[in-house]
Amino acid sequence: MILPEPIQNLINALSRLPGIGPKTASRLTFFILHAPDEVAENLAKALHDIKRETTYCPICFNITSSGREQCEICANTERDEAYLCVVEEPLDVLALERTGGFQGRYHVLHGVLSPIEGVGPDNLRIKELLARVRQGLIKEVILATNPSMEGDATAMYLRQQLEPLGVQVTRLARGLPVGGDLEYADPNTLLRALMGRQDMGD
Amino acid sequence: MPARERSFKVEAIVLRHSDWGEADRLLSLYTQSMGKVRAIAKGVRKLQSRKAGHLEPFTRVNLLLARGRDMFIITQAETLDAHQPLRENLERLGYAAYIVELLDQFTFEEGENINLYRLLAESLGRLDTFPDPALVVRYYEVRILDLLGFRPQLFRCVSCQAEVKPEDQYLSAEMGGVLCPRCGAIIPGAQPISMTALKYLRHFQRSSFQEAGRVRLSPGINKEMEMLVENYLTYHLERGLKSPAVIRRLRNTFQGETSSKD
Repeated sequence: MILPEPIQNLINALSRLPGIGPKTASRLTFFILHAPDEVAENLAKALHDIKRETTYCPICFNITSSGREQCEICANTERDEAYLCVVEEPLDVLALERTGGFQGRYHVLHGVLSPIEGVGPDNLRIKELLARVRQGLIKEVILATNPSMEGDATAMYLRQQLEPLGVQVTRLARGLPVGGDLEYADPNTLLRALMGRQDMGD
Repeated sequence: MPARERSFKVEAIVLRHSDWGEADRLLSLYTQSMGKVRAIAKGVRKLQSRKAGHLEPFTRVNLLLARGRDMFIITQAETLDAHQPLRENLERLGYAAYIVELLDQFTFEEGENINLYRLLAESLGRLDTFPDPALVVRYYEVRILDLLGFRPQLFRCVSCQAEVKPEDQYLSAEMGGVLCPRCGAIIPGAQPISMTALKYLRHFQRSSFQEAGRVRLSPGINKEMEMLVENYLTYHLERGLKSPAVIRRLRNTFQGETSSKD
C-alpha cells in the first residue's frame, strides 16, 4: 500500500529516533493522525522550539533558553562562586540539582575522554573550564564525572591540569548504593567504600 | 559446547561498552572459549546494579551468559581482575585502550583463539605493574601480528630474498616485511627503519616477554617503532586506529607541562 506523502514523511522522520523502528514509527504516526488537532500542534511547536529556543550557556555550557546571556544557575548571585562542580552532561546537572544539596556552580564538559572512541581533551569543554578556574574566584573544583573507566580517566586528566592552578580538586565519593547488598558489591566499589568510611559520631 | 543449554559460564575480558536502550549497555567481550562476542548487560547504568562494577572495560570477569534472541544476555558477573593500578594512571589507561582497540579491530565474531585471549590478559596484567608500559605495548603489537597471521618477515629482504645485514633497512607494510637498502630505495611506500629498531622487532618476534622485558627502549627508538608498527597495522587493518592520536595528545600535554616547569 502506498501511503500519502505527509504520512510517509512523518514515519521516516520518527524512525530516525533512537529505539524507534519502522513499526513503532507507523504506530505513532497513526496515533497522531487520529488524535485531536492540538496533540499534533503541541508536538509540532515543541519540536520547533527545541532547536530555536535553546542554546548553551557561554559560562557553564549547560543548556538554557536562547536569548539569555547566561543560564539561571550562572546568573543566580545567591550561588557560591567558590565551588565548581564539573559534570559530563546537562542531565547530570539536573540530577545534582534535584538533591538540593549543592549551592555552588557547574561546568558541563559534554562528554568524557575515551581513547578507544577517539575522544580526546580537545573534544570536550576543558579549555573553557581551565580559563574559568584561572580567573581565580574558584576555590574548589568538584569532579563529578561518572564512576566509570571513562569518567575516571577524565577526572585524572582534569586533576593533572587543575592542580598547577592552585585550586583544591575533589572527586565525588564512591561507595555502596542505597538499598544495596554487600554480597554483590564489586571489589573496587567495596574497597573504596571501606577506604572512605566515616565516623558515625557526626 | 552444548548448543541447547540455556545459560553457560565463560571467562572474558570486557573490550568496550556502549549505552543501549534505557539503562542497558552493549558490551563487546573477548571470551576465553568463544572468541569475540557481544552481550547485553541489562540495567547496568542504574546505580543499584549489582553487575555494573564488574563490567567496566579491561576487567577480566567470570560471566554467566544466557542466549538471547540475537545476542547474549549477561545474567551474572564476577570480577577476576579489575586492573585497578591501570585505572589510576592515565598513560597506562591510554595504552590499555590501544591494545584493546587493536584486538577489537582485528577480530570478528568468529570463534575462539586461546592464544590471543592469553596475550590480551597477560598484556593488561603487565600494563598494571611493568615499569615501562610502552615496552609492553611494543611487544604486544609484534605478538598480535604473529597470532593473526600478519607476521612480518624480518630476516630476509622480501624483494630479493637476501639475508638482512646489520645495517639500516626499509620496512614495507604492503610487502609484509623488511627490504634491503637497495630494494627499499626503489620500492614506493617503503619506510626507513634503523638497525636498532629492527633488532628489537626481531627480538620480540622470537622471545618470551620474560626475555623481551629486559630490553631498555630509548624514547627515540620507542617512537620510531611506534610509528613504523602503527603504519604497518593500519595498512593491514585498512582503516585508522582511534586511540593512538588521543594517546599522543595526552602525552604532549604532560610533556609540555613538565618542560614548562623546568
